[in-house]
Amino acid sequence: LSATPEIPKEDGRPKWDNKFQYILSCIGFAVGLGNVWRFPYLCQIHGGGAFLIPYFIALLFEGIPLLHLELALGQCLRKGSIGAWNTISPYLGGVGVGSWVVSVLVSLYYNTVLTWVMWYFINSFQEPLPWSVCPLNENRTGFNEECYESTSVNYFWYRKTLNITPDITESGTLQWWLILCSATCWAVVYLCTIRGIETTGKAIYVTAIFPYLVLTIFLIQGLTLPGATDGLIYLFTPNLNALKNPRVWLDAATQIFFSLSLAFGGLIAFSSYNPSKNDCEKDAVTVAIVNSMTSLYASIPVFSVLGFKATTAYWDCLDRNIISVINEFDLPEESIMRQNYTSWISFLNSSYPEKIAGLKLKSCDLQEFLDQSVSGTGLAFIVFTQAIILMPGSQAWAILFFIMLFSLGLSSMFGNIEGVFTPLLELRIISKSAPKELLSGVICLLSFLMALCFTLGSGSYWIDIFDRYAATVPLLVIAFFEVIGVVYIYKIKRFSKDVKWMTGRKLNLYWQITWKFISPLLLLIVFMAFVTLQMQKPPSYTAWNPKYEGFPMKEEKVYPPWVQAICVLLAALPCVCVPLVALFHLVKRKCRNKGPSFVLPEVFSCQGANS
Amino acid sequence: MLRALLLTLSVVAIAHAELCKPDAQNAFKVRISIKTALGDNAYAWDANEEYLFKAMVAFAMRRYSSKSTTQISNVLLCNVTDRVSFWFVVTDSSKNVTTVPGSEVEAAIRMNRNRINSAFLLSDKTLQFLKITSTLSPPVEPSTPVWLIVFGVVLCLIVAGIVFLVVSGIQKHKKKNKESTERENLEEKVEVTLENGIPCEALDLKAGRINGVFAADDERFTSL
Repeated sequence: LSATPEIPKEDGRPKWDNKFQYILSCIGFAVGLGNVWRFPYLCQIHGGGAFLIPYFIALLFEGIPLLHLELALGQCLRKGSIGAWNTISPYLGGVGVGSWVVSVLVSLYYNTVLTWVMWYFINSFQEPLPWSVCPLNENRTGFNEECYESTSVNYFWYRKTLNITPDITESGTLQWWLILCSATCWAVVYLCTIRGIETTGKAIYVTAIFPYLVLTIFLIQGLTLPGATDGLIYLFTPNLNALKNPRVWLDAATQIFFSLSLAFGGLIAFSSYNPSKNDCEKDAVTVAIVNSMTSLYASIPVFSVLGFKATTAYWDCLDRNIISVINEFDLPEESIMRQNYTSWISFLNSSYPEKIAGLKLKSCDLQEFLDQSVSGTGLAFIVFTQAIILMPGSQAWAILFFIMLFSLGLSSMFGNIEGVFTPLLELRIISKSAPKELLSGVICLLSFLMALCFTLGSGSYWIDIFDRYAATVPLLVIAFFEVIGVVYIYKIKRFSKDVKWMTGRKLNLYWQITWKFISPLLLLIVFMAFVTLQMQKPPSYTAWNPKYEGFPMKEEKVYPPWVQAICVLLAALPCVCVPLVALFHLVKRKCRNKGPSFVLPEVFSCQGANS
Repeated sequence: MLRALLLTLSVVAIAHAELCKPDAQNAFKVRISIKTALGDNAYAWDANEEYLFKAMVAFAMRRYSSKSTTQISNVLLCNVTDRVSFWFVVTDSSKNVTTVPGSEVEAAIRMNRNRINSAFLLSDKTLQFLKITSTLSPPVEPSTPVWLIVFGVVLCLIVAGIVFLVVSGIQKHKKKNKESTERENLEEKVEVTLENGIPCEALDLKAGRINGVFAADDERFTSL
């Protein structure tokens, strides 16, 4: 090898302004809404602090190796997901196509979640907050019935925001306010991704760092709220018995996998803009650890606020009982306080048991309120908004909270859009002279039009479907093929040489073992377990139906067959790309018959990519 | 004379006791929560407050029926508890030993609820007339919903950003195109006469061009 100086070849490929932008983009992509509303929930239901054990094991054996693999791949091949996999082997091109399809599907529904966040954000500027009061009914004699039976927060979410239909088969109408917000959100995404990483690189400074600021503010505020310590103790008290349930391990593995946003193609796209001689090993470890630390850091304010909410609900329960007792027995005000409530009740029960029984007092138990666990949109839009009403200065807290959620989601959207944008640029769908702004505009416009179906009355049911089927099983399949493709088709010896050329260090034994055996095995086990669990019961959903007898409880319903077919389609479409493309190339080669023999990917290597 | 007076007084007292009892006809229960409403500034409920209450009810009756026949003595209070709660009735002074129908009292109180509340520094929740429902005030709704205004601001900012970026992109594109055409023009101008691949400008040597092949002419003759 000649001793030429390391002048990077000018191939006209855009590049990051500095390394920090790249790391921030990866962190922003990985850190998303799931870190705030899924990880604390999993911690809570799976034995508190004990959940961290399977979580860190999964991180070590599944998360970090797969992340390193993707980053190294993108950096070495300097192409988006479709181009990269085509380069490794044309038969593996389907893996890239599969990731591209998943990125498209996820972008569509993820931005609708951001639409909801934006709607709540623009409604947070009023006094009082619109979700804190029930509207009056028509003749002004009382409150709106639906609102009165459930809570004002539930009413604002289900009626005023989603205008949800009682069944997924009833589509309802397009909600014009959601269309406006959706258009705005896609305009924001277009503004930030208009020139690819040139613009997202600048936007990421704000969207990746701002959530940490807000989380810190909420942390400080949350810790000062009454009842915060109860919530935190409840969250972090380890219950090692929970680890005996295999469901806990499965949830830990899937959480790590989905939290790091692997197999979307976005990480490959990001690292493809790097200079070739970059330490991707350190980057991977950094990003994975920061993602997990953020999850932990976010669960502290979340649980302080949940503890505060449970304590307030408990106090309200007690106060209502106290008022009933005082009114019934005509005792002076403030004679029964929360502290002496139990002694008073036992005294009164012994003297006047029939009167006490007649009052129908609710039993107030703090544990019961703490046990009410929610994850996902329920946590953000119902539980948290309710807690925010109780804080002094609620408008400011609401505004901060929703801007934080918006930034978290937006930085993840950048990764999704890059996963869609970069392969399209490389496939040369449009001529080179057409500006990048046009392509990103067309992508955003088409996505906005397709996402209009999520603004229907039944939209949120569809988003649940997309979330459960399009963004879970296909990713596991694609990641499995990624690892197998690199380790056994590209051959790990060559890949280790490439990585050594990029990082300057020999590949550690840890990477070799995890890439060759542990990660594929883990992925296979997780995939099997996941599919088995899904198959165990017919897929069902809970619907918000005001005419249901058990209202305000949600009604359990089963998906009709045509919806189930769509679920299967969503899960199968990206996966089926892998064998389809391989088959296509096989048939093409057979047709040519006397064409060039199977081009072993030996001609190509990382160092060769730059010459 | 004294005995007659005593007799009438006792008759009146008994009559009053008959009229004002818990769950009597046309009687209303009132429940007051002063400490909840005022906290540290709570006043004590004593006979003076009761007098004020009677006065307010009488005032309400007078305003409602617009005849000035109701006196403070027409309002009877009984069964005052520590809670503070009590029952009251309004007697009719024109007809002896009867009470004003409950519907009239209810309408009168309803009409003047605000004044009664303010007299005691309380609200509908802390001064409760148990059988009289209060009309709920509708929430204040501004003419344009606030969220539309915020939405408009956000949208304007975003559109401004997009227009700025697109315009700057077009300008950069134009500049790049202009630069590349300028460079092409420059290269065209440089296409001047060439001689043997050498531009003539380089050949402005007065002495002419020395052809290296014949440079060794000097050495044609052998040196001595």
